[in-house]
Amino acid sequence: MQFTSEQAQEIGNPAFAKRVKEISGTTLDRCYQCLTCSLGCPVNFAMDYLPNQIIRMVQLGLKEQVLKSSTIWLCATCESCVTRCPNEVDVLRVMDTLREMALREGVKGKETVIPIFHETFLGSIRQWGRQHELSMLLLLKLKTRDIFGDLGLGVKMLLKGNLKLLPPRVKGSKDVKAIFEKTKGEI
Amino acid sequence: MKYAYYPGCSLESTARAYDLSVRAVCRDLAVELEEIEDWNCCGASSGHCTNYRLSHALAGRNLALAEREGLDIAVACPACFLRLKSTRHEVRADARLKKELAELIDLPYEAKYDTKHLLDIICREVGMEEVGKRVEKPLTGLKLVPYYGCFLVRPPKVTQFDDPENPQSMDILMDALGAEVLDWSGKVDCCGGSISITKRDIGAKLVSEIADAARGVGAEAIVTACPLCQSNLESRQGSQALPTFYFSELIGLSFGMKEANTWFRRHLVSPVALLASHGLL
Repeated sequence: MQFTSEQAQEIGNPAFAKRVKEISGTTLDRCYQCLTCSLGCPVNFAMDYLPNQIIRMVQLGLKEQVLKSSTIWLCATCESCVTRCPNEVDVLRVMDTLREMALREGVKGKETVIPIFHETFLGSIRQWGRQHELSMLLLLKLKTRDIFGDLGLGVKMLLKGNLKLLPPRVKGSKDVKAIFEKTKGEI
Repeated sequence: MKYAYYPGCSLESTARAYDLSVRAVCRDLAVELEEIEDWNCCGASSGHCTNYRLSHALAGRNLALAEREGLDIAVACPACFLRLKSTRHEVRADARLKKELAELIDLPYEAKYDTKHLLDIICREVGMEEVGKRVEKPLTGLKLVPYYGCFLVRPPKVTQFDDPENPQSMDILMDALGAEVLDWSGKVDCCGGSISITKRDIGAKLVSEIADAARGVGAEAIVTACPLCQSNLESRQGSQALPTFYFSELIGLSFGMKEANTWFRRHLVSPVALLASHGLL
């Protein structure tokens, strides 16, 4: 993706670029598009934009395209890009920032299942204090209307004693709920 | 040697065999693990992916509870390990976050104590000499590739453990247990983590690439230190799957622990025939 600076000023949203830099605390202007992040990315084949393109698009303020991209959700958070970037751009922290912004602003993007997974996963922690895989996975299946996928695997895990039937008990679960309440607001 | 132990959610369910073998092996090596009372989930990837402050607060509550005990923390799950390490790392660098965290968790937290992965503790604190002395049944002939995955070694400024591109700890450990350790290209590749739940095709592709690399060098099994890697590798390989061990299971087996059988029964890909073929069961 190639944009000249004039085009960027026409189409971009400079406030968005500034906000991402502020929240992520990442000096993403240091990126010189060497593609190290994208070449080492295990999920690059499935993304609509490569990680280096996302960095460029943020610099150019292309807010809507970035927040609606599948890339921000498909990122597996493997830390390869962060580890290998020659300019110490924390690409993962930028992705985290973009995901959080997309959710808080209610942006409906191309990828719908992964945000539901995160919501369901965190919902289980909020409720029990710890993760309860069985109820979390069942709820995820209902929410994403994916009743039969991995059903055999689930049954096998249950039979092997690798999925707990009853949810965990955490005495401080109300403290955990309080943490969720307090962190609901602005970034 | 005493640590505050943070098992994490997986070790209570999908990775029960990991928890049981870690506890058994640590008992034998005189590493005392005192479970953090009333620990909560670290938030894992879903936490940091979607809510920065929530992620640090969930990890921070556990760190604060352990700090009251005045002990460094021992962790078995690399995802939990990185979440706890990250929060301490950021709190030490950011006074504003430190203040905010104390308000969020309603507990004091001074970031005094470190978090270590159990592989690190066994390799560097206990040491190979001690481990070697306990080996009663060397894993002779068992062809293994050590698989480190992501969060044990990346990002190195936070994990501070081994080399991020070519780690050696598990290689040296398995060698000390008598196994035949093979060099391979998949050591620090990513299995996809939780993406295997939401995007099964992507998860299956990543796992089959790792398994192919392992088979390509002649491995009979994979050994890992991560519950999610283990579960992805055993559930997404398809036919002729290679068994995937937790490193602690193989320590226990080589120490001649009778209960090792009960750990192996929990595997989705049974390692029993392979171990029997080498006279190890």
